[in-house]
Amino acid sequence: MGGDPENRTLKLLKVGAARDLGGPFSALYSRGERMSGQPKRLLRNLNAKIAAIPMVLTTLVVFVGGTIWTVVYSFTDSKLLPRLRWVGFDQYERLWSNSRWMVSIENLMFFGVLSLVFTISVGFLLAVLMDQKIRYEDTFRTIMLYPFALSFIVTGLVWQWILNPQFGIEGIVRGWGWESFSFDPLNNPQTVLYGLLIAGLWQGTGFVMCLMLAGLRGIDEDIWKAARVDGIATWKTYLVVIVPMMRPVFITTLVIVAAGIIKLYDLVVAQTSGGPGGNASQVPAMYVYDYMFQAQNLGQGFAASTMMLLSVLIVLIPWAYLEFGGKKHG
Amino acid sequence: MKLTKLTAVLCASVAMPAMATELEVTHWWTSGGEAAAVAELAKAFDAAGDKWVDGAIAGGGGTARPIMISRITGGDPMGATQFNHGQQALELVEAGLMLDLTDVAEANNWKEVIFPQSLLEACTVDGKIFCAPVNIHSPEWLWLSNKAYADAGIPVPANWDEFVASAPALEAAGKIPLALGNQPWQSNLAFGAMQIAVSGIDNWKAVNVDKNMDVAAGPEFAKVFAAAAEARKLAAKSTVQDWNQATNLVITGEAGGQIMGDWAQGEFQVAEQVAGTDYTCLPGLGLNAYLSTGGDAFYFPKNDDPEIEAAQKRLAAQLVSPEVQVAFNLKKGSLPIRGDIDLAAANDCMKKGLEILASGNLLPTGDMVWSPDVVKQAEDLMVEFWKSDMPAEDAHTKWVEILKTGL
Amino acid sequence: MADTALPMTKSAVVPSGTKPRRILSGRNIMLYGILIVVCLYYILPLWVMVMTSVKGMPEVRLGNIFAPPVEITFQPWVKAWSEACTGLNCDGLSRGFWNSVQILIPSVILSIVVASVNGYALVNWRFKGSDVFFTILIFGSFIPYQVMLYPIVILLREMGIYGTLWGLVLVHTIFGMPILTLLFRNYFSSIPEELFKAARVDGAGFWGIYFRIMLPMSLPIFVVALILQVTGIWNDFLFGVVYTKPELYPMTVQLNNIVNSVQGVKEYNVNMAATLLTGLVPLVVYFISGKLFVRGIAAGAVKG
Repeated sequence: MGGDPENRTLKLLKVGAARDLGGPFSALYSRGERMSGQPKRLLRNLNAKIAAIPMVLTTLVVFVGGTIWTVVYSFTDSKLLPRLRWVGFDQYERLWSNSRWMVSIENLMFFGVLSLVFTISVGFLLAVLMDQKIRYEDTFRTIMLYPFALSFIVTGLVWQWILNPQFGIEGIVRGWGWESFSFDPLNNPQTVLYGLLIAGLWQGTGFVMCLMLAGLRGIDEDIWKAARVDGIATWKTYLVVIVPMMRPVFITTLVIVAAGIIKLYDLVVAQTSGGPGGNASQVPAMYVYDYMFQAQNLGQGFAASTMMLLSVLIVLIPWAYLEFGGKKHG
Repeated sequence: MKLTKLTAVLCASVAMPAMATELEVTHWWTSGGEAAAVAELAKAFDAAGDKWVDGAIAGGGGTARPIMISRITGGDPMGATQFNHGQQALELVEAGLMLDLTDVAEANNWKEVIFPQSLLEACTVDGKIFCAPVNIHSPEWLWLSNKAYADAGIPVPANWDEFVASAPALEAAGKIPLALGNQPWQSNLAFGAMQIAVSGIDNWKAVNVDKNMDVAAGPEFAKVFAAAAEARKLAAKSTVQDWNQATNLVITGEAGGQIMGDWAQGEFQVAEQVAGTDYTCLPGLGLNAYLSTGGDAFYFPKNDDPEIEAAQKRLAAQLVSPEVQVAFNLKKGSLPIRGDIDLAAANDCMKKGLEILASGNLLPTGDMVWSPDVVKQAEDLMVEFWKSDMPAEDAHTKWVEILKTGL
Repeated sequence: MADTALPMTKSAVVPSGTKPRRILSGRNIMLYGILIVVCLYYILPLWVMVMTSVKGMPEVRLGNIFAPPVEITFQPWVKAWSEACTGLNCDGLSRGFWNSVQILIPSVILSIVVASVNGYALVNWRFKGSDVFFTILIFGSFIPYQVMLYPIVILLREMGIYGTLWGLVLVHTIFGMPILTLLFRNYFSSIPEELFKAARVDGAGFWGIYFRIMLPMSLPIFVVALILQVTGIWNDFLFGVVYTKPELYPMTVQLNNIVNSVQGVKEYNVNMAATLLTGLVPLVVYFISGKLFVRGIAAGAVKG
């Protein structure tokens, strides 16, 4: 345990910085390449291998197996029960000629980008505010987090009320005498996705804030000290030092939020039922569930979910290839 | 064969306390009145010496179906489950997963006592009976607010045509003529009611029962779409989601009327409204005194245990028995499935329904004649049509295409 | 008092502190001002829910959702907890409460233990193909649950645990694994590698390093995982209802039955009360476990 603390922090800082040079996702796959390269580890790391068994089984049996199962049955005419009666690409043809599906995809892209950007940036800003050694941190944190605990079915209803022009915000403000005030996002196809966003952010940002806060708390106090010694302004420290160091946390958040957006279902059902105008706020997951269980057309639902999974793969595979392909040791 | 028949007869005669068997029953009746009605079923079953294990799950078929299928394929089926009869459970029956109730039906003479017979037909696959119908619900009702019309200074309409004619006066008085929630099934329900009212019974049957696509694409149904395109203008200012929020607009007099099933009655009752003075109900939209009769039925998944199978048959027989029918439907607010019993306690609107029922002016519902896939696609189309300015012709063409997928 | 408690350690180190007090109190006003405004946004729906839940139905029908009740009634809360009927059983949410607890505790513990070990192995004990498994796990987090319902039924049936509590615990562990593993993996990867190397040199093994180094340094992320799992498992309806039997149904089945009735009268006040009641358990967990968000754990460990 030699060396004065400042020297060590600067070294830590450098380690953090060095990692960033390794490519856009280096933080995700930063460590351990060196270890796996070494031979005769087979027996020595027996404990580690045993510990990995649940993960290996889950990925192979459930995620890979289940996905293949889904894809296979998307080429059948399964209705209520899965059955192997092949229909080729019929389900896909019907899917892509369906206007509701097309609108769903457009909506998801628009909503997804907005939601991703706002959830992460608002969540981070709140975490920074919470990290200023404030009093009543527990209270503030719980207030921001409590929406996360409530069922979507009812929170969707409450937001539907609050945004309703008759008995929500618009009605109240008009009641105060501002007669021309208009705030009715849910009944206008142009704005309904913003209405969903208001409720979605309300439910989700608290958790992202906690995630970011955990990241901030994991950062060595010495790094702050070092930055202060160097006279770097607080905001600049956040931007230049802390955010890059928190890249793993940001990526975690990104995946969690994105997975939530793709699976978005309950909130839309409760708040807008996919309307107004019939499909202005439809999302793909809603199409999948409606056709699987309401329409009893499993084949169609599986085709739709196959398309969803395919689009996830289109993003995921090039990235994984970039990571592992690029780093292979000869 | 003879032996099973004998057992069924014996079982049907109910009191066999020696053979108490637990039977898990899945259903989606969970609101106050519904739960009270289920309690009647359970009470009767328990009194006969068995044990009703309740498995209530709200949310209708979309929630219930995955549960059923999972339980059955997981090898752990429930004893009985509620379903809307007709095509929804067809595949389970065809896959041989449901218990054949034909012997129970014969022993208890279902062919004679169940009225209308269409209910039993919806339970029949290849000449065998697979479900026990328990009640009738009809969706084609127009509910009108007497207060809204009083405020506008015009008389309450007596049928759909008068209702449409009265709309400008209502709008002038600042009312929404037609309340319609945003959920897809509500638009489809409204369209279904208008189909019968505008096209007439024969045309309706030609399309929905005989599946004549020429009639569906023809001028009579073009009229239906034109009428629906008019009606959606009346509903343009309706911004609520749930059906009962729409009903509430009628109750408070903010809206003139709503097309909704007979279950809307419960909302009027809770708001202490009196039929005839506070609100008016027009079955069949007041044009055709016809109702389509859907409803609920119980299916019994096949089970290896002969004791459970016997209990399933006892329950099936009991559900249709007159005592259970009276007790259940009075609590549920629905109509009984047999014509030989008296529901003296029914209120005015229910009595109108009973009269139509007695006159035999009945049709099957969309659930019975079309597959859930077609119904869902029609819902998607209808909500888009009703809630946007899609031209009537386009909607008509798409609608016929959707029907064709179900041929 | 508040002013002296709040200045950041950072400023204390800054040598040239020109008028720190005034600047800092101005900052505090900004800081707390923003936090309070933000909290209003979060609290507004809660206000509506609480107000609605203590009104009678006639008052709810009047439609002023923000107004406090003219006449306060706790009947909706009583009804939601102990009277609302789910079919035959008119004992409200209380019926499923212990079932939910019984499901929650093993599911949360097992899923967090498995995932944290996964994350640890993926960062520090990589084996051939571990990247591939990790990528598949991330992919798994995007699969809609409903699509996997039937394959999982077959899996559980073959394992002979369909319809049992442990079957459900296993399902929660499986579906919690992708996100949790990601969470732990990425957090562990930001812990200085020197620590791990030093421990290896000292002869510590797989479990030794996990328990003595990784666990104590990762409390905040365990809190986040706890929040995520408690919320997800407590609020789960689909898995609980599909993979178990009525005697094991969690509380959300009753919540769904109260809230989600399609036909029949909708009692909004009872719906709100039921939702708030169901949310209380996660809320308590948030508040208590949140105290483990202690600053500077990493720094302490490095110095130790």
